[in-house]
Amino acid sequence: MGADSRSRYFSECRWGLGIAMVMRLAACRGIPQAYVVVSLGVMPRRVDAWPLDFTDIPIPSCFILTRRDSVMAIEKHSTPMLDQLETGPWPSFISGIKRLRDEHPEPRINEMTNDLLGQLEHSYETRKGYWKGGTVSVFGYGGGIIPRFSEVGKAFPKSKEFHTLRVQPPAGNHYSTGMLRQLADSWEKWGSGLVTFHGQTGNIMFIGTDTKNTQHFFDEINEYGWDLGGAGPCVRTAMSCVGAARCEMSCTNELKAHRSLVNNFVDDVHRPALPYKFKFKVSGCANDCQNAIERSDFAVLGTWRDDMKVDQAEVKHYIADKGRQYYIDNVITRCPTQALSLTDDNTLVVNNRDCVRCMHCLNVMPKALHPGDDKGVTILIGGKRTLKIGDLMGTVVVPFKKLETEEDYESLVELAETIIDFWAENGLEHERCGEMIERIGLANFLDGIGIEPDPNMLSHPRQSSYIRLDGWDEAAEAWFERQAEAGK
Amino acid sequence: MADMREPIESGCPDPWQYMHPMMRKNFGQWKYHEHPRPGVLLHVAYSGDKIWTVKAGTQRILDVFTLRKLCDIGDQFAEGYVHFTLRSNIEYMVTDEAKVQPLIDALEGAGFVVGGTQNSVAMISHTQGWLHCDIPGTDASGVVKSMMDELIDEFRNANMPNRVHITTSCCQINCGGQGDIAINIQHTKPPKINHDLVANVCERPSVVARCPVAAIRPAMVNGKPSLEVDERKCICCGACYPPCPPMQINDAEHSKLAIWVGGNHSNARGKPTFQKLVAAGIPNNPPRWPEATAIVKRILKAYKEGARDWERVNEWIERIGWPRFFEEVELPFTKYHIDTWRGARASFNSSSYIRF
Ligand code: HEM
Ligand code: SF4
Ligand code: SF4
Ligand code: SF4
Ligand code: SF4
Repeated sequence: MGADSRSRYFSECRWGLGIAMVMRLAACRGIPQAYVVVSLGVMPRRVDAWPLDFTDIPIPSCFILTRRDSVMAIEKHSTPMLDQLETGPWPSFISGIKRLRDEHPEPRINEMTNDLLGQLEHSYETRKGYWKGGTVSVFGYGGGIIPRFSEVGKAFPKSKEFHTLRVQPPAGNHYSTGMLRQLADSWEKWGSGLVTFHGQTGNIMFIGTDTKNTQHFFDEINEYGWDLGGAGPCVRTAMSCVGAARCEMSCTNELKAHRSLVNNFVDDVHRPALPYKFKFKVSGCANDCQNAIERSDFAVLGTWRDDMKVDQAEVKHYIADKGRQYYIDNVITRCPTQALSLTDDNTLVVNNRDCVRCMHCLNVMPKALHPGDDKGVTILIGGKRTLKIGDLMGTVVVPFKKLETEEDYESLVELAETIIDFWAENGLEHERCGEMIERIGLANFLDGIGIEPDPNMLSHPRQSSYIRLDGWDEAAEAWFERQAEAGK
Repeated sequence: MADMREPIESGCPDPWQYMHPMMRKNFGQWKYHEHPRPGVLLHVAYSGDKIWTVKAGTQRILDVFTLRKLCDIGDQFAEGYVHFTLRSNIEYMVTDEAKVQPLIDALEGAGFVVGGTQNSVAMISHTQGWLHCDIPGTDASGVVKSMMDELIDEFRNANMPNRVHITTSCCQINCGGQGDIAINIQHTKPPKINHDLVANVCERPSVVARCPVAAIRPAMVNGKPSLEVDERKCICCGACYPPCPPMQINDAEHSKLAIWVGGNHSNARGKPTFQKLVAAGIPNNPPRWPEATAIVKRILKAYKEGARDWERVNEWIERIGWPRFFEEVELPFTKYHIDTWRGARASFNSSSYIRF
């Protein structure tokens, strides 16, 4: 291929696909005048940067080559403001959208992304958004699609419908590249080719398609194992940290807790009928990488209740490495409950009854300190962001729960059902679970879900004397009975 | 509707099938980790098995070409499995140390940024913005791209006192969430109501109920049922706008950016904390928002110089005190920093603790 003719083509690299497969792909896309080239190696994405001679490139791979002039010419919107986001070292999403506009073999995608860029530039110029909502759903479901209709669709007709599909990720966000490719293939068939892993609620966000193709895309990926997440007043997509899969701090099987919970509520995910949204998040320990306490209605955090494991030899290695003072300043004095001390011979002493399992000392000395064996979870209810009464963190409702046997998981799910049922019945319209608890009081909430009060649920007991205490004696007696039952 | 297909309500997929085999093999059996260099984690299992993780930042809004390129790198250098973090970074796992450097080279060569581990400024978590939300006062991807361009060295290296999580949100609903530093829209004028549309578009009682300060009431305007806002009460939060788009809250001039600090989700060393307002009135200035970035950089600089090892932003300020914080980051302290919302009293100093 001569130098001047190279620029008439653009390429789509298909690592790992055999030539027959690539040809089939080209044919079924209906790419006009497509060429499939078996080249040898790593190719720069832009055709004009290709070498003239392919012979010294080591690894075989296939490319679909499409003649540029075979793709309908589109009139590109000028985007002087967005162009400024193509400079600088961080990867540019604008360059990515432009690649879809300029290099994708599918004219539908070229045109859609062109108009998307046009509308976005218009937003940048006027500092206004131009999407409005509406109603779009797939057959059988009431939620999971974020409908987007353009208010400036006359000027940008090809992206005038630009809906987002929220698709639930595998718990813990693990993917094989094969599966990502399959999703990419489906998405470029039906959508804009833009996708995010993941939105803030945790969904894979397939950004941009019209109403008709929303259904086609969903049908296609639903066949191979993917389902929509929640949108609207419903149980939302859940999230869990990487946890046991690759983290020594993990105190529970996050993936199993995550899937047991959210998959018990598929109906409530797909058919919004609750007072408002309800989110589950699971973190394997108190580091709470998932922001569960701050951002979920039902937070599950791994913990343990026996003694933490201390490898004194490793403690001494750490001290030998960074010095005694470093560990006094950064571990001993930083424990929130003064549960640690270091003896003169560099033995770390842990007062496990004072330790609140905050994870700090384990974070600093991961080789020396490990969670104990009697692991379980703490459950906090009612976290949420600002609207409407202000930010709330979750409140401890279950200080410790074992999560090992199938029955343990079943009772976890039952607890979630009880809480959601109580809230569905007692929450006002558009009232998050935490706001309902704030309104009716924690004691009433506990009563409603059949959980006895426990001092672990509070930072401290009440400060206000303005309360009627008629039932005190019975309540005190009940406490002693419960203590006796628990063998304390 | 005969050709309509019933959905398979499979819910959240089982990740086991997509998990790197070494992670499957040692599930729940990891012993410790090390941080061999920024952007790389080494996890060691009780069995002695090792897995190296290489983390890279991307543009988050991925086009299929970029997604396939990430897959190509995964196939060529990283055994065909990937993991995404909460902050939309991609992670590749390898079981052979010799593969780490070629993987890093491939990622950097393809324009991705290796880093984001341990004491770095992590990838800014962001929302939808003008690209595809229906209520945004600003863009999200553009703000993040502009800021990451300037914070890239802090992402690539890990020499902050502790990790720094930055978030952005393009409305006051704030789906970006809590952060050590949060850059959020803050409206400063009440909604402008298009009375001709209200009756047709809005469910008036539920809009009235949405307002956190009960500033909205039903009214007849020009003989049509509409809504009215008591502008002395209105706190310009924008909560009425999603259920009632004719109550336009976004304003090219008066929707500003505000910066909040000290949100921390971790329980380590202290209970989780919410972020606090430190700066407001910052111009919403596309395409590169230089004013907001400049303040973020000042905060990061003061934190980097002043905080002790392991102190997150909230802990650092807790130790040095707010007066010194405002001094060090050269931000004005105003009456607007004094909270007025429920529980505000708990934020007042009721002691003789003053730093001099
Ligand atoms: C029309 C209105 C709204 C739109 C278009 C919208 C859009 C979104 C989107 C796209 C996400 C990320 C979703 C994902 O990861 O799948 C999100 C998350 C979120 N939204 Fe909304 N939202 C709207 C209304 C609200 C309201 C009214 C609230 C507050 C009460 C809210 C609070 C949040 C929060 C807190 C998150 C982050 C969730 C998390 O951490 O799990 N949103 N929103
Ligand atoms: S929350 Fe704990 S277990 Fe989960 S990834 Fe973070 S440190 Fe590991
Ligand atoms: S885990 Fe936290 S509370 Fe427990 S000993 Fe360590 S630093 Fe102290
Ligand atoms: S922060 Fe607000 S405007 Fe931005 S994506 Fe979330 S809901 Fe939309
Ligand atoms: S902007 Fe907020 S305070 Fe003002 S009227 Fe709307 S909901 Fe009420």
